[in-house]
Amino acid sequence: MPLTGAVVVRSLLVRGMLAGLAAGVAAFVFAYLFGEPGVNGGIAFEERGMPGHGGEELVSRGVQSTVGLLVGVLVYAVAIGGILALVYAATRGRVGPTGPRPAALVLAAVGFTVVVLVPFLKYPGNPPGSSDDGSIGQRTGLYLVMLLFSVLVATLATALGSNLAGRLGTWNATIVAVVAYLVVVTIGGALLPAVNETPDGFPATVLYDFRVAALGVHVVLWSVLGLVFGALVERGARRELGVIAAS
Amino acid sequence: MSQNAAVPTARVAPAPLPLRELLPWALFAGVVLLGLLYLVGLDQGATSLVPGSLIHEFVHDGRHLLAFPCH
Repeated sequence: MPLTGAVVVRSLLVRGMLAGLAAGVAAFVFAYLFGEPGVNGGIAFEERGMPGHGGEELVSRGVQSTVGLLVGVLVYAVAIGGILALVYAATRGRVGPTGPRPAALVLAAVGFTVVVLVPFLKYPGNPPGSSDDGSIGQRTGLYLVMLLFSVLVATLATALGSNLAGRLGTWNATIVAVVAYLVVVTIGGALLPAVNETPDGFPATVLYDFRVAALGVHVVLWSVLGLVFGALVERGARRELGVIAAS
Repeated sequence: MSQNAAVPTARVAPAPLPLRELLPWALFAGVVLLGLLYLVGLDQGATSLVPGSLIHEFVHDGRHLLAFPCH
């Protein structure tokens, strides 16, 4: 055997993280252009309320909004790219489209929905100055519960879909799986407590623009990730099959 | 040439990978990658493994704009 599973997994991991790098750069540009106004708007509101709050800065705003933002988004994107590659390695040839490129793209779209969109709809991101410092523990806990619940339900729905595929056909089984995921996650989300602590007078446009931008950052990130990873695994799969065929 | 014909451009369908071979990678890389996500998204917030608030302050804007819960 010229290519063992371990070699394939390793090369998939490298490709996923490379795709994550590209996705991170694109997401940073979007975040810098469209997200920073919301961050600054939040900080402006915060400082109106308590002047001198930002007196002693550990990291300056100039660094936070450029290098800090870049590093944060890059590390996130590379890590997500690696995890996406591992999920791709586990699912390829088992669930989803058979071609590597469509499979990668579908996986990225599902990942965005399950890991970002659904948790965001319940517990959206907030600009600085719009949350209660003291509730960070509670908010983080609820966010993680929603996130893990969404991932768990998506996993179960995928298993349900592949079980039903033989009886209903792939198309109908996929519809059942997606509907099952949406119904369960909607009920679960509705049962979790709401977080309602936006301060009086916080500018609604800042809040709205920030949240749209935060969602946009993820749309850019996961789109580029899916497209680049798809292109890389398509090439890799050709070589992999070529090597096996040639040996 | 016959080898090229065996790999038509429109139909590349890689075989499933044996999960047994995937497991060590998934565990090792998975833990490292989740650790990175934790550092960028959550550390020095609700929980803190690294003392201080330098990471929090440095990735502050990214944390907000990636929609993690932040102060």
